Amino acid sequence: MIDIPELALVALVGISGSGKSTFARAHFTPTQVLSSDYFRGLVADDENDQSASADAFEALYFVAGKRLAAGRLTVVDATNLQPHGRAELVRVAREHDVLPVAIVLDVPEALAWERTEARADRGFGRPVLSRMHRDLRRTLGSLSREGFRKVHVLRGPDEIAAAEIRYDKLFNDKRELTGPFDIIGDVHGCRAELETLLERLGYTLIRDESARPVDAVHPAGRQAIFVGDLVDRGPDSPGVLRLVMGMVAAGHALCVPGNHEQKLARKLNGRNVQLTHGLPETLDQLALEPPAFVEAARAFIEGLVSHYVLDEGKLVVAHAGLKEAYQGRASGRVRSFALYGETTGETDEYGLPVRYPWARDYRGSAAVVYGHTPTTKPEWINNTICLDTGCVFGGALTALRWPSRELVTVPAEREYYAPVRPLAPAERPDDGLDIADVTGRRHLDYGYGRVTVAAENAAAALEVMSRFALDPEKLVWLPPTMAPCSTSVLDGYLEHPATALDDLRQAGAERVVCEEKHMGSRAVVRVSRSGAGDAIWTRTGRPFFGAELDGQLLARVRAAAGGIFDELESDWLLLDAELLPWSAKAAGLIRERYAGVGAAGRAALPAALDVVDRVATRGLDVAGLRDRLALRSAEIDGYSAAYRAYVKPTDGLTGVTLAPFAVLAGAGVSYADRDHGWHLALADKLVAADPSLFTPTRRMIVDLGDPAAEAAATEWWLELTATGGEGMVVKPWGGLKAVDAKGRLIQPGVKCRGREYLRIIYGPEYTRPEQLGRLRKRNLGRKRNMALREHGLGLAALDRLAEGAPLWRRHELVFAILAIESEPVDPRL
Amino acid sequence: MLLTVSTTHRPATDLGYLLVKHPDRVHRFDVPTGTAYVLYPEATEQRCTAALLLDVDPQRLRGRHDAFALGQFVNDRPYAASSLLAGALAKVFRSALRGASKDRPELVTTALPLQIRVPVLRGSTELATSLFEPLGWSVTATPIPLEPSLGGDSHYVDLELSGELPLSAALNHLYVLLPVLDDAKHYWVAPDEIDKLLRSGAGWLATHPEKVLIARRYLVHKRTLTTTALQMLEGEEAAEPPADEEAELPVVRRQSLAEQRREAVLAALTEAGATRVLDLGCGGGALLTALLKDKRYTEVVGTDVSARALEIAARRLRLDRMPERQRDRLKLWQSALTYRDDRLRGYDAAVLMEVIEHVDPPRLPALEASVFGHARPGLVVVTTPNAEYNVNYPGLTGLRHSDHRFEWSRAEFAAWASHVAGTYGYAVSLRPVGEVDEATGSPTQLALFTLVPAEVTA
Repeated sequence: MIDIPELALVALVGISGSGKSTFARAHFTPTQVLSSDYFRGLVADDENDQSASADAFEALYFVAGKRLAAGRLTVVDATNLQPHGRAELVRVAREHDVLPVAIVLDVPEALAWERTEARADRGFGRPVLSRMHRDLRRTLGSLSREGFRKVHVLRGPDEIAAAEIRYDKLFNDKRELTGPFDIIGDVHGCRAELETLLERLGYTLIRDESARPVDAVHPAGRQAIFVGDLVDRGPDSPGVLRLVMGMVAAGHALCVPGNHEQKLARKLNGRNVQLTHGLPETLDQLALEPPAFVEAARAFIEGLVSHYVLDEGKLVVAHAGLKEAYQGRASGRVRSFALYGETTGETDEYGLPVRYPWARDYRGSAAVVYGHTPTTKPEWINNTICLDTGCVFGGALTALRWPSRELVTVPAEREYYAPVRPLAPAERPDDGLDIADVTGRRHLDYGYGRVTVAAENAAAALEVMSRFALDPEKLVWLPPTMAPCSTSVLDGYLEHPATALDDLRQAGAERVVCEEKHMGSRAVVRVSRSGAGDAIWTRTGRPFFGAELDGQLLARVRAAAGGIFDELESDWLLLDAELLPWSAKAAGLIRERYAGVGAAGRAALPAALDVVDRVATRGLDVAGLRDRLALRSAEIDGYSAAYRAYVKPTDGLTGVTLAPFAVLAGAGVSYADRDHGWHLALADKLVAADPSLFTPTRRMIVDLGDPAAEAAATEWWLELTATGGEGMVVKPWGGLKAVDAKGRLIQPGVKCRGREYLRIIYGPEYTRPEQLGRLRKRNLGRKRNMALREHGLGLAALDRLAEGAPLWRRHELVFAILAIESEPVDPRL
Repeated sequence: MLLTVSTTHRPATDLGYLLVKHPDRVHRFDVPTGTAYVLYPEATEQRCTAALLLDVDPQRLRGRHDAFALGQFVNDRPYAASSLLAGALAKVFRSALRGASKDRPELVTTALPLQIRVPVLRGSTELATSLFEPLGWSVTATPIPLEPSLGGDSHYVDLELSGELPLSAALNHLYVLLPVLDDAKHYWVAPDEIDKLLRSGAGWLATHPEKVLIARRYLVHKRTLTTTALQMLEGEEAAEPPADEEAELPVVRRQSLAEQRREAVLAALTEAGATRVLDLGCGGGALLTALLKDKRYTEVVGTDVSARALEIAARRLRLDRMPERQRDRLKLWQSALTYRDDRLRGYDAAVLMEVIEHVDPPRLPALEASVFGHARPGLVVVTTPNAEYNVNYPGLTGLRHSDHRFEWSRAEFAAWASHVAGTYGYAVSLRPVGEVDEATGSPTQLALFTLVPAEVTA
């Protein structure tokens, strides 16, 4: 029976013909085995080309490293008889903090020679094999010295054939324990506070004959986890040890060691350590205990595992925290990180080591709970939290309940030990964004689907995001692009309610809401009772009119939203709206492009008509040309009327209004699951609260089974668009999370734009039959796909916002929406 | 789109002979961009007007590129005079343009009283005047207004020219200058476009005060074509008297502010002995070029948030042709200063030359954290405009560049610099760059941040 860790680098060692490959095939899957022969073949087209060995091994080590980084067992099938080759394997294993293991297949040289001779492709002679055999003898003695943590030697073909592999779990692997847990911060001998905390958490303390607590049991079977630093500085380190040791022994608690336990154990082992940082107090207290207790404490500490991975990998507990690459790994440096954290090598003004803010860089999916650095208030930073609230320094003892993530705190009864550095609200390490969070080709699995963001689109978005957009902390959501309805074949129409409603019906919606499509600028508004962190931004994340006017606008929204804060019991709201008129934000665009073309057309066509009319009075036949010019003239007038409808005088904020149509989120909640009746009712309340600031959104609810309702919606749309309206958006009544029969997200809305409006999109002349014919071939697939991906990313961004996810987790989604927006797509859709 | 040519020459109907288009007929031509018509709204002894009307078929213009994404579909091409009209003119009035006439050869070189109207033409009154007036036209270019609800004028003018010129000269002026005013071409411009320009410009372009602008715009801003065309025009001018002798003397060229700034930055880097240097926000790579020239810089990294700027820098530095040893010294990375970037750690020095003023003030703390907190080079050189100095630029209103988010006074810059230095453990000193004005200081201000070594634990 061969015991190897679940995650290890296994080196098979043996001479040629010893049966390594056969052994590997018998015990491991083909992809777990990296054979030197195979790699020689890869790089040189010849498995026996010894001149390719250096390149082959370089490639092999590289692949081994990739596998180990991903946490996969890796077996190296090579003779491994040379010390330098084995040294490389040990190096690769250490680099990824996995244990190197050797399995030696020791067969008689004669048998190996027999096998070698039987193989056509082995061209070396007996002396070579003999030399290998001598190398093997030398190797056997040195393997464990070289760093192999386990060496299994199988002697003779029978032992080899009979061998079985058994996998050991690593000590730190407690993924099967799913809690619930109460994770307790640094106790430092504060036994009284620990008792209070455990009782507050619902544990029943069990005491010995001297009334000393020796165990604590939770009626619901909860388990406590101690993050270490049970001892030193405080009044009763032995008492704390006694309680925790009892709980651990009884299976009521887990405990990871802190640096203080580590140092205490070294002292108890007779090593020379500096008697500082509260260790003398502990030693004095232990001196009053019987030697058996001291010995038990020493053994307890020695047996502690540096960190635990718990709850199916969702939770990691280590005294000083643990970066992702070290989680579930075993090595000296993993242990050292878990105990002491990472330091920069510098010291601060108090002479204490400056700690490297590893939590800032943390991007792992497991929550990391730790202690070690006293702070006044525990705060989640990138899914990590420090529970050391400096109880012994007069702060508090804190527990984190898992998985509810609730904090329970007991204040210190007094200051037991003066802190070297004053206990201050910890400067919260900035959880600023890393460029690697957003750039390059990225695959995102966001819960509603998966997207791949192309590197060039991320590059384009990076520029917009960093040069023009708001602070990512504020920019919590971006609106998705919206696809138009399927193309209509009705005479004279490119888009028509019949196809819009049918699209929704095809997607499985039974009831829809047709909302008037406001022609302005999309605006996302974050507004709060206090005004802190409020912002208004465009569909590309830019501020609207500059700090001052935006601030005034937000103040007015805030005043109107008072009732809604109360109603939703939320201190802030995220609104999706359209800012009107279009000319307020897009005046430049209208002037430069739309109105310029209109002015040119309105000047050129009358001049041409004048020439033609004068030619006609001279008796020449220009009737056909005149008709064409007259049609053009009518078309340019229609076009001019279309954009003119969206030009209204504004002065500062005077004349500017907002048309809200959805309340996306509030404190700790996404409202994406509410139906549009709910959203519009709130929008109506805003309009009622300040009719001069808010524009109502006209709407019509349509049951898709009811032909009369559909006819009414069509009638309504014709009316809207005849009076300068852009058109309507048809949305599934169920809200933003509407899905089809297969449970997939459907378009949150399709737009159905008016016949006249489309002149400013497709050109003044698009309604001519031959042009319409061409335009009907427009391809909507790409736009729809884009809209759906952006919509899903946005929903996920709202979810992550609600659950308080780290900034980088929220930002990567918002960034992806912006990146997808830079994919090339027909701008007219 | 339309242009009309009228004359009061007697008999005015000779215009029809010169244009080879009979005034009493409707002439219709198929041209690549639509249908061209030659029509005469009046044709009497006293006055004759020929109209060239191009009925543009927008479908034939598809594929034409335009900065505006919708421009392919919503554009002024059917209405404004442009290269489309010039092209039609060249086709329809070919012989008149060449100055040939079978029926009225004596009139070809005769200056005729002419009036020309182009009702819609892109351009300003000033530009139209500066282009046509030197050619002997009296020019009226009336801006076409936008609708009253928007107010103001469009980018178009209604152009009227009158003067006494030979017809062929007038047509050649229009042939060249319509696309120049429009500043675009509807077709791919190849080197043979130079020949067209020189042929139509014969006799007038070489001495035109705006010849550089004309050549540049006519050749759609292609630099090599423009240079060649101008050199060929110079050749025409060779007969001119030599320039006066003073011009031959060496001139002490005044250094531009950009050069002074670069030198100040390089001096700061040299003083500090930096060899591995970051140019953060390198743009087109002007500083990178200078750094690479100096062997002491063993590693030069240019970063910019704009991938396009990096492409330009790569092209300017001729990266693809750079010798390997030289190439190994240089890295160009896209990076944004508001995000931390591990690649930027461990360098001797970082330069932020005219960069911070392009960052929105609320985002500056993120920049500070990523440069001073995270990348943490030993030396940081920051330059930025001195707002006080702006009064010395006549005509400057507002900021020096449209993308500047702010420009600081000396006191504001000093306050920022000392705040940043204090927060991140740097020492800072300030220097002027450029000619110092007693009252307002130097045009550019420079801050030199030096990392104060922290105590290192044994």
